[in-house]
Amino acid sequence: MASTTATGKGTGRRSLNMVLFYVFVVIFVFVSVFPLLWVFKMSIVTKSELYAAPPTILPQSLSGANWTQVLGDPAFQKALINSTIIAGVTTLICLFFGSLTAYAIARLRFRFKSTVLTLILAISFFPAVAIIAPLFIQFTALGIIDTLASVIITDTVFALPLTIWLLVAFFRELPVDLEDAAKVDGATTIQAFRKVIVPLAAPGVFTTAILTFIYAWNEFLFANTFLFDPSTQPVTVVIPNFATIYTVDYGAQAAASVIVTVPLVILVLFFQRRIVSGLTAGAVKG
Amino acid sequence: MTTASREKKERSWFKEEFGDPERRTAYYMVLPSLLIIVVIAFFPILYGIVLSLTDSTVTAFGSFVGLENYIEMFQDPDFLVGLSNTVIFTVASVTLEFILGLGIALAVNRAFRGRGLVRAAILVPWAFPTVISAVMWRLMFQPGIGIFQYLAEKIGIISGPVLSDPAALLISAIVIDVWKTTPFMALLLLAGLQVIPGDVYEAARVDGANVYQRFFRITLPLLKGAILVAVLFRTLDSYRVYDLFWAFGAKELDSLSTYVYEGVRISQLQFGPGNAAAVFIFVTAFLIALFFIKVLGMRTSTEE
Repeated sequence: MASTTATGKGTGRRSLNMVLFYVFVVIFVFVSVFPLLWVFKMSIVTKSELYAAPPTILPQSLSGANWTQVLGDPAFQKALINSTIIAGVTTLICLFFGSLTAYAIARLRFRFKSTVLTLILAISFFPAVAIIAPLFIQFTALGIIDTLASVIITDTVFALPLTIWLLVAFFRELPVDLEDAAKVDGATTIQAFRKVIVPLAAPGVFTTAILTFIYAWNEFLFANTFLFDPSTQPVTVVIPNFATIYTVDYGAQAAASVIVTVPLVILVLFFQRRIVSGLTAGAVKG
Repeated sequence: MTTASREKKERSWFKEEFGDPERRTAYYMVLPSLLIIVVIAFFPILYGIVLSLTDSTVTAFGSFVGLENYIEMFQDPDFLVGLSNTVIFTVASVTLEFILGLGIALAVNRAFRGRGLVRAAILVPWAFPTVISAVMWRLMFQPGIGIFQYLAEKIGIISGPVLSDPAALLISAIVIDVWKTTPFMALLLLAGLQVIPGDVYEAARVDGANVYQRFFRITLPLLKGAILVAVLFRTLDSYRVYDLFWAFGAKELDSLSTYVYEGVRISQLQFGPGNAAAVFIFVTAFLIALFFIKVLGMRTSTEE
């Protein structure tokens, strides 16, 4: 594709094209990261600079007050821990059930495979808000409102299709011969899955884990519905309400926003190749 | 083995299906996930439909009232605002994201220095929690400290605060959504572009097809599958918008989802219409998906 520009035309036009292309790339990258950079700037300047008009482009008077305040706040620390527990446990549960289901779909033959696939796909089209009232009533009856379990359960349901979808794509890429060899040697289906597929699929499983974790870390609707006790809330619920806790402390809110997105940005930068292959796995074949 | 299976053919499929150890294992592996999905998602939607036909409250199950909740819902100005906001938001954001996303995908579908940087830039907005990006943008629109509020006043687009003008709020929400998900759309379309073999273009060029003919006769038709998947997912995602409106609009920007939330979780008086709206969202989202699959011919099978 690099040679699409006709070689017969002058090199001048070609290099102009290249310049325009890179201008486009720079603008695109800038627009994508601008809010994070700007809000970071808002979080590290003094109060007087934050309210300065016109706003300063580059930070002039630095202050770590917002960061120390947010990081030292026990409520925010609790929220970070809650988010980590919710996302971590959801990821583990999804990987366990998801990998079993994905293996059966990718490798085994059974009659209702297409029904199963349709059901799983239907969940990704499902508007979660449609079931918050019935679930709220049921969770109240079960006594799990205001516990992390309520959100872990609902996040699991809505992350499972993603987990299964990705794992099916990864399992299908593995050679069938190895499991066949294991089965010839007397291994059962489950043993072949555990001893052969799971270790081989480790990179794919890891990618799936990252994407599932990000999904659960970012979830807001269920957490905002089932968790009204502040000590159970994850960061997604706590940060928008910062204004009321700190009586409109925008600097603290900016710092907190940056703090919860930085781990995600680092994950994304480290594993960008894998994440992209995971995100596009379903779409291309679909 | 073959004679045995021939004899089995006469028996019910049930025995064939569950008598075979491999198939039985398959069901064991699939069943837990299915149970989770059916119990936590499909059973509640049935329960939700029942609730919407009764005068239940969040604490007490009521008696059957027919379509009263639906009538009340359609007469509620808040619902109608939420509905129109949702439709405007969905159509505008998905259209813009598709056009911009396709443009970006076509532009970066080549080998160039800095691909990794572009890929990272694509993923940064995507990885953000929607609700946190809404908070960040709200900070940038905040009167007194927000860069965009300052610029908007300077240029003279708006005299008052963006955050207290309903129309400006909705337009800003569309801009934020375009910022957040256009890169993702581009990523999906780029993946679709990359599986189109290069020699198809080569052959078309030899036959004298110009750049527009190549785009409309080759790229678009071959990309149809990827486009439908990307647009359907984005449409349903925008249609159920909640996080962005809730956090960016600080409860002053209504969508269908925020209407449901208000009804069933905040003001308990609106529980009935809230449940009706929940069913309304479910049914209409289902119809949108059906439209894409049946009318536009989207393929849903994952078989190779």
